[in-house]
Amino acid sequence: MIRIEPRESPSRAFAVGIPVLSAVISLAFAAIPLLAAGANPLVAYGEMIKGVFGSVFAVSEMLTRATPLIFTGLAAALAFRAKLWNIGAEGQLYLGAMAAVGIGSGFLDISGLLLLPLIIFLGAAAGAVGMMAPTYLKVRFGADEVVTTLLLNFIILIFLQMMLEGPLQDPMGLGWPQSAPVLDQGMLPPLMDRMRVHSGLILALVLAAIAQFMLARSVWGFKLRAVGENTAAARHAGINVRRSLFVVAAISGALAGLAGVSEVAGLKGYLTSDLSPGFGYTGIVVAMLAGLSPVGVVIAALFIASVFVGADSMSRAMGVSSFLADLVVSMSLLCVLVGGFLARYRILRTRAAKA
Amino acid sequence: MMDLLNILLSDSFWAASLRIATPLIFGVLGALICERAGVLNLGIEGIFVVGAMCGWMAVWLGAGLWGGVLFAALAGAFFGLLHAILTVPLGLSQHVSGLGITLFATSVSYYTYRTALPNVSSPPRIEPFQALDIPVLSDLPFLGPVLFQQTALTWLALLMVGLVWYVMNRTALGVAIKAVGDNPDSVDAQGLSVYGLRMGAIVAGSALMALGGAFLTMSAFDAFFFGMVNGRGWVCIALVIFASWRPGKALLGALLFGAFDALQVRLQTEMGALVPGQVFLMAPYILSIIALVIAARSADYPRALLTPWFKGQR
Amino acid sequence: MAELTALRLIGLSKCFGSVIANDNVSLTLAKGEVLALLGENGAGKTTLMNMLFGHYLPDAGRVEVADETGTLHPLPLGHPQAALAAGVGMVHQHFALAENINALDNITLGSEPLLALKRDRRSARAKIEGIIERSGLSAPLNVPVGRLSVGERQRVEILKALYRDARILVLDEPTAVLTPQEADTLFENIKAMTKDGLSVIFISHKLREVLAFSDRIAVLRHGKKVGEMATAEADEKAIARMMVGADTPKVARRDMAPGMPILKLSNVSVGGRSQRDRLKGVNLTVHAHEILGVAGISGNGQSGLANVISGLAQPEGGSLSVNDTLVTRPGPGAMVRAGVGRIPEDRHHEGIVGAMSVAENMVIERLDDPAIQSRGLLKRDAIQANAEKLAKAYDVRGPGVTAPSRLLSGGNIQKLILARVFERGPRLILANQPTRGLDMGAAAEVGRRLLEARARGAGVVLISEDLDEILGLADRVVVIRDGNLVEAGSHDREKIGLMMAGEPA
Repeated sequence: MIRIEPRESPSRAFAVGIPVLSAVISLAFAAIPLLAAGANPLVAYGEMIKGVFGSVFAVSEMLTRATPLIFTGLAAALAFRAKLWNIGAEGQLYLGAMAAVGIGSGFLDISGLLLLPLIIFLGAAAGAVGMMAPTYLKVRFGADEVVTTLLLNFIILIFLQMMLEGPLQDPMGLGWPQSAPVLDQGMLPPLMDRMRVHSGLILALVLAAIAQFMLARSVWGFKLRAVGENTAAARHAGINVRRSLFVVAAISGALAGLAGVSEVAGLKGYLTSDLSPGFGYTGIVVAMLAGLSPVGVVIAALFIASVFVGADSMSRAMGVSSFLADLVVSMSLLCVLVGGFLARYRILRTRAAKA
Repeated sequence: MMDLLNILLSDSFWAASLRIATPLIFGVLGALICERAGVLNLGIEGIFVVGAMCGWMAVWLGAGLWGGVLFAALAGAFFGLLHAILTVPLGLSQHVSGLGITLFATSVSYYTYRTALPNVSSPPRIEPFQALDIPVLSDLPFLGPVLFQQTALTWLALLMVGLVWYVMNRTALGVAIKAVGDNPDSVDAQGLSVYGLRMGAIVAGSALMALGGAFLTMSAFDAFFFGMVNGRGWVCIALVIFASWRPGKALLGALLFGAFDALQVRLQTEMGALVPGQVFLMAPYILSIIALVIAARSADYPRALLTPWFKGQR
Repeated sequence: MAELTALRLIGLSKCFGSVIANDNVSLTLAKGEVLALLGENGAGKTTLMNMLFGHYLPDAGRVEVADETGTLHPLPLGHPQAALAAGVGMVHQHFALAENINALDNITLGSEPLLALKRDRRSARAKIEGIIERSGLSAPLNVPVGRLSVGERQRVEILKALYRDARILVLDEPTAVLTPQEADTLFENIKAMTKDGLSVIFISHKLREVLAFSDRIAVLRHGKKVGEMATAEADEKAIARMMVGADTPKVARRDMAPGMPILKLSNVSVGGRSQRDRLKGVNLTVHAHEILGVAGISGNGQSGLANVISGLAQPEGGSLSVNDTLVTRPGPGAMVRAGVGRIPEDRHHEGIVGAMSVAENMVIERLDDPAIQSRGLLKRDAIQANAEKLAKAYDVRGPGVTAPSRLLSGGNIQKLILARVFERGPRLILANQPTRGLDMGAAAEVGRRLLEARARGAGVVLISEDLDEILGLADRVVVIRDGNLVEAGSHDREKIGLMMAGEPA
């Protein structure tokens, strides 16, 4: 017979060990689909490593890919800390991106110095609104935010298509559903010559550090943790639970919106409806791998970006579908879930008492 | 105004409504069974994809249409079992596990499809289920086209509504499933297995969800393509709350949704010049949110929904 | 004696982590006998019965149950199904009923094959009605259990066991939710059933009912059996000593003249889905130097009253003033600022955030205090120093103030809450079931702190289901019933009991 007992205090080693182990196991599991595709897994792993660390360009690509994941990972991590299930980062990302091109592509005639801060601010604000609306529906009507944020992703994506065929369409774009480009003075400057990695990464890292500090040291972070861990006790202690939820919703949505700003104003320069290959959803995996810690989000985002960039490169070299990366990412989420269980509980094998 | 009336009175409109509702009926029933047993299954979106891909692929490989249905259901049950293991004996977060299953199931399906067909530009087609042509009945005015010219899968969905209703309301199994979703201790104290009931419900519910996906490739369309599920699973999660976990209301909810969707398609062709088409495309999702908002306050949630239960920890 | 043995527990032991819940306990139950299992909270009574019923697997020991012929058979442990099949039925303190299905379905749950296409409800109903007739335990069978009263639910629980042909019935604190009069009826029904050969074990910590209704008494303390005797030969004082291990420390209580009014509720109404949350136009005044005891059967509006005073519920009508100041926008924060200290009923659920540290939980009600934070940033050294000071003053023991508070024992969690509440010198204290689940020592500490606050000039609202606790501490008693408050006017146990039951005294 098998019994499950909670551990009295989970060891610290688990907190770091489990995500690392999950990452390794999910990569090891990837051998199965690789074999199924007729590829030699060892060669494939070699190609992936080369594709991520083989050159400065490769590392730059990986960091470029990690940048939006840090934003969406932070968005999920902070919201989940308060047990606010923001699954709508994908939609909020596009809201941020729409705000960025709406302001940044010449709609307003603003001098160079002001345009970029304004783009960042309005992009964040658009994302914030995108999460505060479902939070209002949750608080006011009790509508589950998981479902509403998920559905909003679809609504926003369709809205985006409407905008790209309407007000936001590039008049010079030959009828393609894409926006006009962001003006040069509205772009996030690149970090290296001839590389795609841009200063959105710096913004993401700074925000992660601030989030880490505020969560541990500020009254705001204290309240957020209390609301998330035990809403009833937080309310009883006089913490304004609704306000805490709205504040974290705004911050979470803003971070997701910044992911959109960073992609548009840092990388692509203009907006299309395939700007994000699911950064919002992948951010959830990043947050879970990170154990909902902001610093962890940075590390997890680097790992997942490596998987994506490595798998892309391997896919080009070996003809294996790049959906392999999605497979590894989703497996790492399931592994880290099981690992979290093993950290909190021990499984005991007990022999039934002799009758 | 006359146009709207004409649409609402036409048999083709109601036939389309039922057709659009079919995958949702499967999905809502599946979610209903899981949630009645106390487990939220956000794997639904991914299980739809798996059902769509597996049903299509089985037929494409020559297993026959019903072979495809069976294979889809088994594949759905497999991913349901995974969710069941993670959320029932391990008691992990049902939200995160469900999303994980959706991501996993979707990427497994896409990867398998891509690996099996590396170089196709247009997706290969299969011969889908044909409309049943029942003599006499299908010639009835109105009812004929609406009911008796649907495919076998639509009939299976309607049959499932009756079956789920019967099991939930007339059998000891249904009583036990409702009880385990309300208070697992009540089931445990009577010597029934909480784990067995919950896991069984999730597996069965997931198999039904996969049939919803299978309908898409085997009846609605005749091929598999990426992004074809398009949030239908999430819509089901909203509808099950709207249906207050009752099979009859689940059918009603799915039909209302189907009717609305069919209406927006027709309005789009009528009024396309005046309003951008996307407004109509958005409408079903907005409707789902509205349905959720209306139902949420008064919803009689299964009391033990989302709460894990461990043996020996009362 | 020539009595037939119905049940034998032999050397049962059980540990939870490092806590020994049961240590080598043996018991014998004769056919037709009523055995009272007596002991303090946490003495291991419920654990012992949960092992008998298969909810827990013992670390050592075995159980033997007699069949119809009286032959003893070993019981496979760890399987409720086996216990049920052997004729052991258990009624838990927290009812194991599904509220969304009716009593008939709850009773028959698990006794029918799950995969059968049809149910034989007619014969099930006939059998249940037969049992109701013989036992006198009646309950509506067709209504969802969620709509039944507490007493009815308990009868459904017992019917569940009898439906399974239980020959041994275990009742875990069956009277905790009943009026004294309802409790008497229940025991009379049980007595009648023992005439037909039913054997009963009931768990209690109420000496009075144990002496009145049992044939034999077994006393547990710290997981060990410390005494066993025939009830006829039992001596009340001796049993009390056995339970506690020493003479109960009697709280010294001086008479005091009540001072100015501290809390005034006038015509306060609270809505809510269930009866436990509703108040119907309540008037109440609590003075300085006064402990007001609120007696009542569980679920008669105590939650509503506590929620109003702690700020969790918004009154729908009427007014509330603290210290002669009208509270215009009630809320938990507003009540804390008005000088109300709140000891919540459910200390794990409402009292602490288990994942946060002891130190953080000690300041959770004063996050706007400049001693704790400046400009939105926490002063971690001050929080740490505060925690160490309070842990010492209030004897909060555990793995340290930086450890998560969920690692504390129930008694120490309560001490943490007491420290948080009393440290602020509140003018009014709401103590809702403050000693539930605590051992005698910790309970006495709570009483001492409440009396201390009263001496200091605070007013105290003490809500408790334990009438003895109220009679021991309160200056004045009110009875809450169906959302109404009635002045008891005296400390007369009998009279208060009748008022709790809603009968004219």
